[in-house]
Formats: sequence, C-alpha cells, structure tokens
Amino acid sequence: MAELSKNDEPQDATPNVSDVDVVEAASEEASVAAIEATVERGEPILQVRNLVKHFPLTQGILFKKQIGAVKAVDGVSFDLHQGETLGIVGESGCGKSTVAKLLMNLEQATAGEIFYKGQDITKLSGRALKAVRRNIQMVFQDPYTSLNPRMTVGDIIGEPFDIHPEVAPKGDRRRRVQELLDVVGLNPEYINRYPHQFSGGQRQRIGIARGLALNPEIIICDEPVSALDVSVQAQVINLMERLQDEFNLSYIFIAHDLSIVRHISDRVGVMYLGKIAEIGSDEQIYEHPTHPYTQALLSAVPVPDPEAREHRERIILTGDVPSPANPPSGCHFRTRCWKAQDKCAEEVPLLAIPERFKASDTPASHESACHFAEEKDVVHAA
Amino acid sequence: MTIIEEAFVPSPRDNDGGPLLEVRDLHVEFHTREGVVKAVNGVNYNVAAGETLAVLGESGSGKSVTAQAIMGILDMPPAKIPQGEIRFRGQDMLTMSADERRKIRGQRIAMIFQDALSSLNPVLSVGYQLGEMFRVHQGMSKKDAKAKAIELMDRVKIPAAAARVNDYPHQFSGGMRQRIMIAMALALEPELIIADEPTTALDVTVQAQVMDLLAELQREYNMGLILITHDLGVVADVADKIAVMYAGRIVETAPVHELYKRPAHPYTRGLLDSIPRLDQKGQELYAIKGLPPNLLRIPTGCAFNPRCPKAQDICRTDIPALLPVTEQDGGELPGRASACHFWKETLHG
Repeated sequence: MAELSKNDEPQDATPNVSDVDVVEAASEEASVAAIEATVERGEPILQVRNLVKHFPLTQGILFKKQIGAVKAVDGVSFDLHQGETLGIVGESGCGKSTVAKLLMNLEQATAGEIFYKGQDITKLSGRALKAVRRNIQMVFQDPYTSLNPRMTVGDIIGEPFDIHPEVAPKGDRRRRVQELLDVVGLNPEYINRYPHQFSGGQRQRIGIARGLALNPEIIICDEPVSALDVSVQAQVINLMERLQDEFNLSYIFIAHDLSIVRHISDRVGVMYLGKIAEIGSDEQIYEHPTHPYTQALLSAVPVPDPEAREHRERIILTGDVPSPANPPSGCHFRTRCWKAQDKCAEEVPLLAIPERFKASDTPASHESACHFAEEKDVVHAA
Repeated sequence: MTIIEEAFVPSPRDNDGGPLLEVRDLHVEFHTREGVVKAVNGVNYNVAAGETLAVLGESGSGKSVTAQAIMGILDMPPAKIPQGEIRFRGQDMLTMSADERRKIRGQRIAMIFQDALSSLNPVLSVGYQLGEMFRVHQGMSKKDAKAKAIELMDRVKIPAAAARVNDYPHQFSGGMRQRIMIAMALALEPELIIADEPTTALDVTVQAQVMDLLAELQREYNMGLILITHDLGVVADVADKIAVMYAGRIVETAPVHELYKRPAHPYTRGLLDSIPRLDQKGQELYAIKGLPPNLLRIPTGCAFNPRCPKAQDICRTDIPALLPVTEQDGGELPGRASACHFWKETLHG
C-alpha cells in the first residue's frame, strides 16, 4: 500500500551515498512487489485523485514567457475497480484523451495522484514504472495510424516482448504472437503480413492483440471503435467484452458515442471542460441523470427509432464548448446551461452526491457537480 | 443484369408533377492498376422538391460516389460512367455540355461536405469565400457581395455576423464552420442540396443544432435534400425516405418509419440489430459476420451473400433485383422495395 515504501526507509540520520542507493533500491523493490500483487475482483485497482494537466501557452521565441495555460484536465478524481469497465464520455476538447495519456504516464501530470495498487505512478521511475507500464496498456482510436506500416503484424504484436522479455522468452515469441492473433479472431497464418493488407476492423484487432501481449490488468481504450463501420463496430465490441471475461481485465473506455458506452460500461463518468460533471452506474447516468449537461447530451443523441424520437424531449444547447484556455468562472457549464444563476458564476460546484438526494436511496443519489441537480429522464419516450 | 423496377412512388409534395432529380441505372467504375473498381452498379433513386432522401451505407458502399457523379465532380479518369442517366428537372446532365452543367452546379444543385475545415480555403476570409458565390455567379460588386455574405451568416445563425465576416476559417469552431458551409450551399437558393455526412465530424450537441438548422432552411426554401450518412440515428431524425446501399447497389428503400419497424433486407436488419441502444442495456450485440466486400472482386450473385445468415444457392448465382414488396395478403406497401430473393421471409418472418 501507499505507506509501505515509506515505512521501509531506514531511520538513518546521515545516510552516505551508497546508503541512498540501497534505500532507493529497497523502496523500488517494495514498489515492484506491490505492483505485482493481485487485487480482488471489485476492489479498486486504480484511484485517481485531483488529477490536473495544464499545457502552458507561451509567447516569444528566444525568451519564452508563459501567458496562460490550456486547462485540459482540471481536477479529476475517480476509482476503477478490478474487472469493471469505466466509460468516460464527453465532447471533443473535454480532456478525456488527456486523462488517458496521464494514466499511461505518457504525459506528466501538473498535479494530483494516480494510485495503481496503492503506488502513485506519477512519482515512480525506473523498474517500478516499467512494471506499472506492463500492467496498463492502451488501444488507440485510429487503426490506420497507430500501426507502423513497415512492420509485419508479427513484429508489431511482438514488440512489447523486446521491452519486457520476461513475459515471453525469445524462442517462444512467434508461437505467443500466433496465440494472440487467434485470441482476437485473426488467422495465425497472417503473422508475416503488413497492416495495409488488413481492413479497419482487422487492424483494430491487431491493436488489441498488441495491447494484450503483456497480460495487462488494465486496458485504456481511447475511442477504439469510432473509426469503424457500423457492422464492424459490433464485432470489435463483442470481442472486447469476451476478452474482459477471459482475462479478467479492467477497462477504461473513452468514447463520444453514448450508446456504445452504455452498452459496454458498468460505470460512466461524464466530462465537460476538464472536469467530471457526473459519475455513477450506467443506470444512474442514463436513466436518472441529475446534471443538466448529461441531460442535454443524452437528449441530443439521435436515436435510430423514428417513433421514439417524436416523444422524446430534446434539449438543444446554444453555442459551443468554451475554450479550455479561458474557461468560465464558477461552474464551467454555466454559459450553456438553462438553469444558470448568479451562484453558478461565483461558486465552483463540487462533485458530490447532491444534498437533497443524500438521505434517499434512489438511483438519483450519485455524484453530480451541479448546484441545482435535479433528476430528469431524457432517454425514454414520455 | 436484371432490370430494376421503379421503387419510389412520386412524393405528394411534388409541385410540378415530376421529380426534381432522377438517377437511372447509374454505373460508376474506377480504372486502377489493380483492375476495375465497380463503385456504383446500377443505382436508381429520385428526390422531389421539399423531400429528404437519406442514402445510408458503410464506407465503400458507393453512396458518396453517386453524389459526386450527380454533382459532376468525379475525376474522370480514373472514374468512368459507362451507363446511366442523371435527370435534373427532366434533363439528362450526363449528356449536357460542360457549360450547361456548370450553370446547374452550385446554382441549382449545391453540396455540403463532411470536413468543413478542409473544404474552406484557409487563407481567405469566410466573407470573401461566401461573397465569391455572388461575384462569380451573379456578377455582383465586392461591396454588395460582402453585404450578402453577412446576410447569409445571419441566416445560418452565426452570432455577430457583421463583426465576423472578415475572420478566417481557423477562427471558427467546427459547428460554426459547418454553418458557413451550409450558408455557402444556400447562397444561390438551390433547388437541391446534397449533404455528404454533414455532421459526422461534429459533437452530438452541435450535431443536433446543425441538423435542426438544415431541416429548417430546407422547409423554408422547399429544397430537395439528399442526406448521405452512415448513422442510423441521424437518418431517423430527419429523413422522409431511405435508400440503403451495399456494394454499389441499393438493397432496400422505404419510408423512414417503415424501415426501422420492419426491414425487408437482411443487411438492413443486421445493421439495426448491431447498434447498441441508449435507452436500455442489451445483451451481447448482434454482429454481421465478415467484412464489406472488396469492390475489385464483388461476390457473384447477391453481394451480401457471404455475410448473410439466410443465403441459399440462388443468392450465390443470381443478382436479386430491387423489387416492390407487399404485405402478406398482397396489400401494397408504397415506396418500399427490397433486393433480396427472400424478402418475404425477412419482412414477414
């Protein structure tokens, strides 16, 4: 756990250089041990606390000075439990992809912590970080640009083994890659083919096989099906669900398609301008949303059923998402919200269970960052 | 090849009897090094004034190529139109001279593209680009054209149009850029608009705004609209009738309500079953097996047969014609047609 590495440090008042090395090696050892421990199903495996990422805006060529910051992620907290799928939805520019990169440690967080099995991965380095990276893998959006066109499928899927040779010894790799191809529903004989010989759906399967290569515990999927045709999307979604059961994976599933997120997720977080507006189980978010942004988002989704659509109430938001470099004061959503009052401009609403729903046991009782949270079912015909 | 029957009944909203646009047995192929890519293989459809036809299909189904053929913006070569007719107000545009065609394109038929950022010139102000329509087609002065541009930006609800007319495309958000594309298409009050995936690049909340605007303007000007999309949800919201395309052919046509309630082609049924629902958490998704066909080697018989759960021997040898479908008792189903040998089983079974 988090305190473990601290307790291991010896209480020596004047450590010399070699002692520091020993201490670091020991704490690293402890971190690696913690990372390799197993987590029970349903226990939190990833805990994100107040995660912040600001990209500086600079001016000048020789003497750069910071004139502001794009607040891509501005205080995000959530838990991911072992074996579950957490969906993250939001419009472009809301920071959902930046969250993915932070979780992968591909971007350095400006502030906040990401605890993976109790270890804050934003502070890890060396062997411990490498061990974490093995366990958290990513599947990217665009299967056309995320595979190197000059590498064969076998090399692409086998590349993770070059970095983590302990997972598959050298002589065994070809067989292992063929196994992975089989697992994702591709012909193992395709091992020597190049990406351009595959369709979009097949390429996304290759991306998934690469993600699975190191037996990770968490897979972060950033818009994994949005580049695919409708008839192929369902195949890939079904594959991902099957793999989750088979390998006991936890998913963070980032997408803008609310119907697909509902289908695959156990819990869903709705993001707006770098913050989580509302988070809860799929039923709580889709059937009992209490944040006006969630309600607007759900009501705007075109439903493939002309009859239902005639009975649905549609909330059409005015304007566009404000720039994350200069977000509105108070509640970020207030400029587009029909409920906005003076309080919304002055006070930032916290992500918590609204006071009025706290005592009750209704599905509306989930975390929502709105001063005037109110339940409203927008997806069902009236 | 079988002769394809007329599938659509004329819309009651027709003002002069005939349809605005009629596409007849259109074929388009591309000559490439690997062989002949048959992108469109005998497409028939028509659109009346004030009517919205949605053309639904996956990538490679030929939906965009058909639209480009109508607009006359296909690169020929490599494209070739070996047969077919495209009649606009009764005149075949394929046999017209380039000059005559030019008078129709832009003025009477306009197109809205998917990606507004790459469709606008980044080094010219939006006001200049909008005004160009009036300067080129109507010989207006620069000053008048700019005034018209501001008027148009107002029409598509761009806030503070007069102040923003000299801004460049990169200064607008995605939704605003798509509004400018719509304004440009509407500039000369065309009779027909072809919108190729107009909202695919936009976020859902903005998508709803843009679709509403398009529908409102269409009503106001009584335009015909061909909406090309892969999104079954968007189609349900705005279309009057739907044509579903697969491998360069129309496999099913129907009024919008009917299609969702009772599809008459296994491909349409598969598509409808494979999308997750927003209002309920379903079981495992139905997935159409296999992949869309390679247009260099379209399967013989029905192009969908390798992926179809109902395929029989006849499907592998005979191309099914797009024929009207009927109720079980023989009652007519106006506007409905299916290109399936076993449409009865699909529709009634």
